[in-house]
Amino acid sequence: MWTWFYRLASPPHVYRTAAALTPWFFAVAAVTIGYGLIDGLAFAPPDYQQGDAFRIIYVHAPSAWLSLFAYTTMAFAGAVALIWRIKVGYAVAAAAAPIGASFTLVALVTGSLWGRPMWGTYWAWDPRLTSELILLFLYFGVISLRQAFEDPARGDRAAALLGIVGVINVPIVHFSVYWWNSLHQGGTVMRLGKPEMATSMLWPLLAMLFGFMCFFGAVLCMRLRGEVLNRERQSTWVREAVKP
Amino acid sequence: MGGYARFVWPSIGLALGVLIWNVWAARRHHAQALVRARRALAMARSEES
Repeated sequence: MWTWFYRLASPPHVYRTAAALTPWFFAVAAVTIGYGLIDGLAFAPPDYQQGDAFRIIYVHAPSAWLSLFAYTTMAFAGAVALIWRIKVGYAVAAAAAPIGASFTLVALVTGSLWGRPMWGTYWAWDPRLTSELILLFLYFGVISLRQAFEDPARGDRAAALLGIVGVINVPIVHFSVYWWNSLHQGGTVMRLGKPEMATSMLWPLLAMLFGFMCFFGAVLCMRLRGEVLNRERQSTWVREAVKP
Repeated sequence: MGGYARFVWPSIGLALGVLIWNVWAARRHHAQALVRARRALAMARSEES
């Protein structure tokens, strides 16, 4: 088990593995997102209360889910790098941050567009919306902090620390709808009991969730390769790899 | 879209736009890293010779 763990620490291994995984992640993401969008927009029945406005869920929920998943990935990678001094962890954290920030923005804007017809307002200082906005600021903070130091190693450590501290916001975002009174609806898919959605609406949503996760995997691998190259460009293996 | 088209389609468009931006940005990030690595290699070679 530890051999596998330490192989992960090897930049050339990570670089090659990421290159091999990228097309597979992209292929699965294209198929599942394509299916989810077509089924969700054209064939799923309208909601009995929200009508066709509910179809925003097919991009809103996967984006919101991904915003939390990317943050957790970033914080975990930062923790691995700090605790075990595995430098690839910093590269993973740096690669995950802009992807997570972009999907947090999508979750906020699509949530706002969904809120206007349902709640009568684009924005309310609701616990779920506010904690998701804090998540976006945490992403911006982590990205900025990494670039704020002349010494990249110090920037990496500082960004990893902020990422780890900020991970406390992840359960707050998730459970905010249960802990406080909220305009936002409660969980519909990730319930311990039976999901509250009809299967004709649920399947495209699950496909979109899975597709967005695979998309994250693909883009993370691409960015990770760039990060590894940037950090290792003086090493022999990079010189061999980039030889024209 | 039952009167909700002005909310649904911009949401879908934004999400697809961000998907495309992510692919473009990741490709660009990797391409720039490759250029930097090749430049470093060329500099090292010129210093050796």
